[in-house]
Amino acid sequence: MYAWLWRHLPGPVLVRVLLVAVLVAAVLAVCFTWVFPAVAPFMPFNDTTVGE
Amino acid sequence: MSARTSAPARRRPSRGARVAYGVLGVVGELLITLGVLVLAFLVWQLWWTDVQGNRAQAEVVRELPRIPVPTPAPTASSGPLVAPERHDEPPVMAEVDHAVTFATIQVPRWDGEPERPVSEGVDRETVLDVLGVGHYPGTAMPGGLGNVALAGHRTTFAKPFNRVAELQEGDPIVLRTATVDGGPGTDTWYVYRVTSWQVVKPSQTEVIAPVPGKPGESPTERYLTLTTCHPMFSARERYVVHAVLDYWAPVADGTPAELLEGAS
Repeated sequence: MYAWLWRHLPGPVLVRVLLVAVLVAAVLAVCFTWVFPAVAPFMPFNDTTVGE
Repeated sequence: MSARTSAPARRRPSRGARVAYGVLGVVGELLITLGVLVLAFLVWQLWWTDVQGNRAQAEVVRELPRIPVPTPAPTASSGPLVAPERHDEPPVMAEVDHAVTFATIQVPRWDGEPERPVSEGVDRETVLDVLGVGHYPGTAMPGGLGNVALAGHRTTFAKPFNRVAELQEGDPIVLRTATVDGGPGTDTWYVYRVTSWQVVKPSQTEVIAPVPGKPGESPTERYLTLTTCHPMFSARERYVVHAVLDYWAPVADGTPAELLEGAS
């Protein structure tokens, strides 16, 4: 999977490394902004109130 | 040497084996990716929600419409203006709409903790995760007869009640109402003092009853109750702190002595 990605990235090694870094940062940004906040309510901790 | 002799055999694995190894490799990479994402989630939950929450809550307090605390004239040498304690019938504001921030909470025992906003409602998406401390709808408003019940995170989302277990008997908990509609009970200090604390099951709603622990009784005292999770990072139990009103004072009269001691 990642080998396939690496083969299909253009340019010399340095450019590919930079591209990978940008891709990783983008994935993490999407996770921090949308994915993790959406998942958090389903985690079994953090409930602070009494009642149902 | 033996590796070299066996190499040609390995170089041409059957088509089926190649596919199997390929699938196995992708599955392995996916599992590693999943592990990295779980670590990233922990970083987000344990660190980033605090960074974001603290920033957002400080902003809410800064933008909160309220009259400034009076400061003495520059020529005065008496230091900051101490609000005289009022033990007569306190004014009480009307309950506000959902997610409206109507007060702030300060606890001198939690030295270094910022002033936190208190908003109406205790659901996580619109109040606790974004606005900090929440007020159980239907419970007393600050200074009111009965029980002012507040909830807050003990871990993550800026963890306003992180240090709840440090509270000791007699510790002041100071509420300051905002201007809201300018009616009675707005722009007022309410100083409560901790009386007791307990660990209860999440279903034990009697802790936020008008008389804590005695649902159905009509209150003659003015209580304050904080609820948060217990143990930390768990939803198994709740840590509950009870306090009772000591005195009140209009914000226009000065600052409660309890807050000035903490600042000096």
